[in-house]
Amino acid sequence: MSQKVLLNAKEVNIILHRLACQLIENHNDFSNTVLIGLQPRGTYLANRLAQILKESYKIKNLELGFLDITFFRDDFRRGEKPLEANSTQIDFIVEDKKVVFIDDVLYTGRSVRAALTAIQSFGRPTEIELLTLIDRRFSRHLPIQPNYRGRQVDAINQEKVIVQWDEQGQADTVFLINQ
Amino acid sequence: MSELSVNHLLGIKYLNKNDIKLIFETADHFKEVINRPIKKVPSLRDITIANLFFENSTRTKLSFELAEKRLSADVINFSASQSSVKKGETLIDTVNNILSMKVDMVVMRHPNPGAGVFLSKHIKASIINAGDGAHEHPTQALLDSYSIRERLGEVKGKKVVIVGDILHSRVALSNIFALQLQGAEVMVCGPKTLIPKYISSLGVKVETNLLKALNWCDVANMLRVQNERMDVSYFPSTREYTQQYGVSKALLDSLNKEVVIMHPGPINRGVEITSDVADSDQAIILDQVQNGVAVRMAVIYLLASKIKQ
Repeated sequence: MSQKVLLNAKEVNIILHRLACQLIENHNDFSNTVLIGLQPRGTYLANRLAQILKESYKIKNLELGFLDITFFRDDFRRGEKPLEANSTQIDFIVEDKKVVFIDDVLYTGRSVRAALTAIQSFGRPTEIELLTLIDRRFSRHLPIQPNYRGRQVDAINQEKVIVQWDEQGQADTVFLINQ
Repeated sequence: MSELSVNHLLGIKYLNKNDIKLIFETADHFKEVINRPIKKVPSLRDITIANLFFENSTRTKLSFELAEKRLSADVINFSASQSSVKKGETLIDTVNNILSMKVDMVVMRHPNPGAGVFLSKHIKASIINAGDGAHEHPTQALLDSYSIRERLGEVKGKKVVIVGDILHSRVALSNIFALQLQGAEVMVCGPKTLIPKYISSLGVKVETNLLKALNWCDVANMLRVQNERMDVSYFPSTREYTQQYGVSKALLDSLNKEVVIMHPGPINRGVEITSDVADSDQAIILDQVQNGVAVRMAVIYLLASKIKQ
């Protein structure tokens, strides 16, 4: 098993600021936009971006929610392991809002497909966008592409991209692991 | 996430502590789901569930059906009163006929204790016992414990008294198993004629004085007097039963603490519980009903996830 660092803490920080600025470019003061982190791993990125938007770019009244997609996945009873559910925390309605899904790695696109269905339980958004820190090229099972991407990575199927966050007790780093 | 240790839910006595924990954690997620504007998830869209009710039921049947539909399962309903059971068909034949229509899971209520266990030995589908005679009613006990956990934070260390007709009650037996498994203390209270002779061998306290029982407990689960199961008279009159074992607001106010009041329904207002208690904040009867759907969704989801494709 070999391991390569794709992004270190400094690079992650630069990318997060760029993504925050790109969001501001499209969503101004976020009065009609909500950020939705996809459980489980998208929540770290969503929290971090929300923090940067509030503290560095003085965005007030930013609405942030977390969406669990477990019960909307298309691989129920198909995997070896049972699916683990996480909590959904969306205290607002998304009807007529612009929604930005936030996840750490875009791989097959199946999680995003599930999220597109799951969010409908909370109303009909006017528009849904996708932001990912890592976009794995050449591995999509579905026609889904991000609107905002931190870094595009060419990784083959045996390789795994792991995003590690400061909140988990280790420095922000993105690894490419060859199994 | 771990998975359930069982492939069927036949009774609480077949579960372990971790199973109950897993069911409750999953139910927490489903409780959030059923409070959304759109209360449905597509998880079980390729699962078919048969609800076989060989005995009358209103809320349990509705609750199961709603839980199944909220999980997007296909549902077929069967009640013995309108079926070929009346023409002499055996249980296994009835169920096998239904299963040949490619049913994955069976929810069954049956008047005979052990019907679920018997069936599980003869058919392939997952079975959920929705009440078998005076034996067990596991989903009711799970939702009761879930409601206690919701109101009091945890079940462990709590004192729960089950009041009323213990003898004919499957709810009582399943509750005793479930509460003890989670580390609660259990007492049963009622007229001696309605308390099984050897119940203390299950490690429960027995009390015939309701006031003493209420003074001891944190939670009182009031059971209905099951007149339809009584072949002889177990107490002189309903009026006397109410005087001795009915809970009223005045009685609860005379205690120097607040006892949580539960009832599995249907309520006989004015018999085991007065209206002012049933409708008070102390009673969590309607919470139990709402939690019933979430808990049953969790049980069905977890069992369905063990059905191999």
